[in-house]
Amino acid sequence: MENILIFFLEHREAIFIVILSIFLGIEVISHVPAILHTPLMSGANAIHGVVIIGAIIVMGHADTTGSMILGFLAVVLGTLNVVGGFVVTDRMLEMFKKKK
Amino acid sequence: MDQLSQIYKGISVLEITYIIASVLFILGLKMLSHPLTARRGNILAAFGMGFAIIATILFHRKDGEPIGNIPWIIAAIIAGTIIGWVIAKKVKMTAMPQLVSFFNGMGGAAAALISMMEFPHVSPQLIAEQGMSNGHILAILLGLMIGTVSWAGSMIAYGKLDGWIGDLRIKWMKYVNMTILAVLIAFIVFIMTRDVSSAGEITYLIYIMFGVAVLYGVLFVMPIGGADMPVVISLLNSFTGVAAAMGGFLYNNQAMLTGGILVGSAGTILTILMCRAMNRSLLNVIVGVFGGGGQAAGAVAGSIREITLSDAAVLLSYSKKVVIVPGYGLAVAQAQHICHELDKLLEEKGVEVRYAIHPVAGRMPGHMNVLLAEADVPYEQLIESDEINPDLPNTDVLVVIGANDVVNPAAEDDPSSPIYGMPIVRAREARNIIVMKRGMGKGYAAIENMLFFNDKTRMLFGDAKSTLQNLVNEVKNL
Repeated sequence: MENILIFFLEHREAIFIVILSIFLGIEVISHVPAILHTPLMSGANAIHGVVIIGAIIVMGHADTTGSMILGFLAVVLGTLNVVGGFVVTDRMLEMFKKKK
Repeated sequence: MDQLSQIYKGISVLEITYIIASVLFILGLKMLSHPLTARRGNILAAFGMGFAIIATILFHRKDGEPIGNIPWIIAAIIAGTIIGWVIAKKVKMTAMPQLVSFFNGMGGAAAALISMMEFPHVSPQLIAEQGMSNGHILAILLGLMIGTVSWAGSMIAYGKLDGWIGDLRIKWMKYVNMTILAVLIAFIVFIMTRDVSSAGEITYLIYIMFGVAVLYGVLFVMPIGGADMPVVISLLNSFTGVAAAMGGFLYNNQAMLTGGILVGSAGTILTILMCRAMNRSLLNVIVGVFGGGGQAAGAVAGSIREITLSDAAVLLSYSKKVVIVPGYGLAVAQAQHICHELDKLLEEKGVEVRYAIHPVAGRMPGHMNVLLAEADVPYEQLIESDEINPDLPNTDVLVVIGANDVVNPAAEDDPSSPIYGMPIVRAREARNIIVMKRGMGKGYAAIENMLFFNDKTRMLFGDAKSTLQNLVNEVKNL
């Protein structure tokens, strides 16, 4: 219990960010028209590809062959998420051109 | 000293880049929720991501150590970019939903891998000071659990949408799932109460937990009907966001934290909005039995009547108002272009043609809009079902193309129907109804549709694309 409190204290800024981000996320999304649900979901999908940063950090400090392989895999998967996510979203949105 | 200030400079640049990336994520997401700015928003967010990645490689320090293995990292990024790009560009628009699910799964898997690799490396000093029950371990375990569930679940959702995994519905399934979830939580508690000097001693527990999480992810999605997959994908999407945020805690990384949580909360809201569009609660989607068995809902009154192509062409050409209700069948047959050709042809003859878009037409909310936009159907012609419903009694002909559940009157008439309460396009209120269908098969929810037996309904059987093509030829020849 005490440790959890220490964690709270040590990460109070992070917890602040989390709480504000939750409200921000709700606020940003809540007025979206139904037609944009799919692209929005896809765009959000690409944004959580930010997990790639963690993968890079892990890979950057990997010292054994095993961790190198797993790290490599993590970076590849993270990149897939980022690149695939943004490209698919762009492909969907490309079609929402204004009327010619 | 000089070297030290160099490092500080690097870290400052890194943190500033993370702030910029976070702002770009937020702006991007905001712009994504408006049709005119959506595309720019997406590109903006992509730039934010690019900055964050480059800055991490260049300036990140862990206990003063810079990022190593850079050639390998770059090789991995290049490999991922090429594969991701090719898949994203090659896949057909109709397969969009499963593609989103696939990429989502990749993110979840990456989060799980990070946790698995970080666990044995938790600093022994921290464990000596605080034991295993510290926030660091908790973030790792939650990242592992959520990331893995998201990965396994997304893969099943992907398989279901792609049609190679069926539904598995057993009544006691939800109890099994709840038990597995309890086991997962017990694992977290168990690991965090171990008395060890280094986390590396109990790494095997992590692998067992990973296995249980995979099982949970699979069984969590298995019983959910295919029609509900979009909701599930959206939910898993927000899961991955939370898993990424756990990495943010782990590395004290603000970009991961904001990016992850933003997606987590936005994804949750999006999930709820999608459920609301179908008039169902999230809980109902997860534990409910949608489309179960397809019980025989009374005797079918009336009979099926077909219409010939030329009659259909005449009927359409001499109408004032036509409403087209497109469904997944249209998308699968890739008939959106030829459909637009028909509507242009009719408009030339002075017929007013509009499309009634049900919120969940296709396989995802907004999916149908994307597909029709692909065929250059102008925005203004796409009307949401709530808006067009009051005008349907004045509509001369309503053409249902490859849609079924979204026009099923059972949603309004039959309280025992699994889709009861779902808002529908009130097709039967139109003066004439033409239904284009491949055969007498049931819709995704596997229930009988009384609309097809309505006196005003005429059926036009066949593949949507070729039927529409023939219809276009008939109209041209009139």
